[in-house]
Amino acid sequence: MPIPVSMPALSPTMTEGKLAKWHVKVGDKVTAGQVICEIETDKATMEVEAVDEGTVAKIFVAEGTEGVAVNTPIMILAAEGESVEDAAKAAPSAAAAPAAKAEPQPTTEESPTAARPSAEKKAAPPAPAAPAPTAEPEWTGKTVRMTVREALRDAMAEEMRRDGTVFLMGEEVAQYQGAYKVSQGLLEEFGDRRVIDTPITEHGFAGLGVGAAFGGLRPIVEFMTFNFAMQAIDQIINSAAKTRYMSGGQMSCPIVFRGPNGAAARVAAQHSQCYASWYAHVPGLRVLSPWSAADAKGLLKAAIRDPNPVIFLENEILYGQQFEVPDDPDFVLPIGKAKIERPGKHVTITAFSIMVGKALQAAEELAAHGIEAEVINLRSLRPFDTGTIVDSIKKTNRLVSVEEGWPFAGIGSELAAQMMDHAFDWLDAPVKRVAGLDIPLPYAANLEKMALPQSDDIVKAAREVCNR
Amino acid sequence: MAKPATKPKADAPAAQTKSSRPGDNSVSPEQVKSFYRDMLLIRRFEERAGQLYGMGLIGGFCHLYIGQEAVVVGMQSAIVDNDAIITSYRDHGHMLAAGMDPKGVMSELTGRRDGYSKGKGGSMHMFSREKHFYGGHGIVGAQVPIGTGLAFAHKYSGHKNVSLTYFGDGSANQGQVSEAMNMAALWKLPVVYVIENNRYGMGTSVERASAITELYKHGQAYGIPGEPVDGMDVLAVRAAGEKAVEHARSGQGPYILEMQTYRYRGHSMSDPAKYRTKEEVDKYRTERDPIDHVRKLMLEGKMIDEAQLKAIDAEIRKTVNDAAEFAQHSPEPDPSELWTDVLAEA
Repeated sequence: MPIPVSMPALSPTMTEGKLAKWHVKVGDKVTAGQVICEIETDKATMEVEAVDEGTVAKIFVAEGTEGVAVNTPIMILAAEGESVEDAAKAAPSAAAAPAAKAEPQPTTEESPTAARPSAEKKAAPPAPAAPAPTAEPEWTGKTVRMTVREALRDAMAEEMRRDGTVFLMGEEVAQYQGAYKVSQGLLEEFGDRRVIDTPITEHGFAGLGVGAAFGGLRPIVEFMTFNFAMQAIDQIINSAAKTRYMSGGQMSCPIVFRGPNGAAARVAAQHSQCYASWYAHVPGLRVLSPWSAADAKGLLKAAIRDPNPVIFLENEILYGQQFEVPDDPDFVLPIGKAKIERPGKHVTITAFSIMVGKALQAAEELAAHGIEAEVINLRSLRPFDTGTIVDSIKKTNRLVSVEEGWPFAGIGSELAAQMMDHAFDWLDAPVKRVAGLDIPLPYAANLEKMALPQSDDIVKAAREVCNR
Repeated sequence: MAKPATKPKADAPAAQTKSSRPGDNSVSPEQVKSFYRDMLLIRRFEERAGQLYGMGLIGGFCHLYIGQEAVVVGMQSAIVDNDAIITSYRDHGHMLAAGMDPKGVMSELTGRRDGYSKGKGGSMHMFSREKHFYGGHGIVGAQVPIGTGLAFAHKYSGHKNVSLTYFGDGSANQGQVSEAMNMAALWKLPVVYVIENNRYGMGTSVERASAITELYKHGQAYGIPGEPVDGMDVLAVRAAGEKAVEHARSGQGPYILEMQTYRYRGHSMSDPAKYRTKEEVDKYRTERDPIDHVRKLMLEGKMIDEAQLKAIDAEIRKTVNDAAEFAQHSPEPDPSELWTDVLAEA
């Protein structure tokens, strides 16, 4: 069979070029890898190499021809044992045979896209409906009072006892017992093989954790604060979140990235950012943000057992707060389920992490004004429990979203959009966002307080949407 | 890929970029032949990939491995089953050397459903758990902490396996590479860092990018031993590889091999390669070609004759043709695949 050679595309965006120079002529023997011609585009001159061996039987496009479209037959080779004359008779159209389906489409320089073998453009199928998360069973058993800090530690300890592949790594997690004492006692119980102090190299140890997860372990990677995880965010998103998809489901990355998120007290802008909307933006991640000690324990256990990368956003100020926690090592909360912390019928207030406490405080005050607020603790930001919020709005017809992070493109913005899609007909007022001010967090005590949402702000917003 | 039944002890001194002779490092004529075959498969596969790219059947970015074949083939012969392999986006050679099916690799390049990632990863993002190939990573240097983590998992689990973590001269300057090296040395992780120094990180030469151009010295701050290797000589690669792998496997921690190699093609398909001279490229192709080198060794050592060489050529050509044919006829992914593999069900 004569071997056709056609005009190649030398870049994702090339549709035509100039055949600047031939390096071979009819009758020449060529070997694979030999330069046969030069092609010029508006960007570059490039050499074209032969892929097959053979003898040049015929050249279809003369040197110097401009505007030669990609895939135009340019020459034909006689294969070993074939006569050059017979090969030359092969019709030029035959040369394009294998490429007949390939139509490089004009694309912009900014977005090189592959030529699509099939011309017909199909609409993307809709996203499958997310499976409804299992409802959280009402806890009727014994509870114990403990701090969020203790609940987190107990969750890790229980899961480490249960599964030998679970280990904890991070800065100061072992000998120092945790920068915020969350990992207190773990080194003593599990030893330095499973509770590992890292150097201060977030990018490196986050990537190392991802590799360990690819290798079959279940790492818990503690960031001293999520502010430092910005150094590691490439590994979290490009490596942990995307690899399952990019591998067609072959690779698994069961890893938990946890640590305090958002403002603490007077630590200023670089140590005070809320990353909830950053991570919630990313497919391939789960993003959890507990408020109570029961949330912390039940959700961290669920995160460690989950086969996916989980971002677990804690709060430094909450570490020392006490709550009742179910007294059962098998207490695990479902991922993707919000919790109604206080029922009400006049306005829905959603919040997560430390803002749940502020929302409950606001609800208390609103009650004095005759407004019964329903407070929803979101807990899971991805997947997001839209259903619970929609059901609440069907009752209250009003929504106030509270978050500590910045308002622009925040969780509240997403909530507002979701409610336009799913609860538009039930809303009697626009969705109101209460968020941190759109500034780097200031250090001065008075300014810091002004910049972060307070219960008064929530009360004001709720009264506004209720018109009273 | 053929592997020696028993692994010879790597007591031979490191090949300090010296040329090897047949018979070095207990390599049998059969092994030399299999190296030749494996390198030729990569060469022909890449040439065909370049052609399919030119035909618009492969899209996006496509980084060819032509010229560097001796590195992966030599290193692969120095490891055993269950050792982990990870590399950057110039990954086709690594996958073929690891024994992945050329049809599956080529089908991923064409974005079809029989590709290793069902068409969802492309040239830079392919994996095979079965062959312990952990990608295929598109972010320069990101595979280095991950490869170090694979070594961590081996050590944690008490396996006697190593992680071969490949990266280029461009990655060598990444902060996360230094971070990973520090932890690997600190915790004595069984990882071999294979730096494929092909002299250019895209268009920037090593001299213009690295303050210390001897990249094998880049672990010195962490006490990691390293050595330069003639990456155009598969037997030199193998000898150095065996020594480095033995070092890591025996619990002595990481080791760095700087493979001095060269890529004939541009950084990616759309690189006109104006940063180097044609003479430089030609010199490597004609005087240092890793495949010619082995062919000559075999002919001079009377391990093979011209007819046998031709037979191997024909066999490889058929494998590559079949892969290319298969990859063009494999269907595109079903639209329903858009939504799968984002998360695992708990």
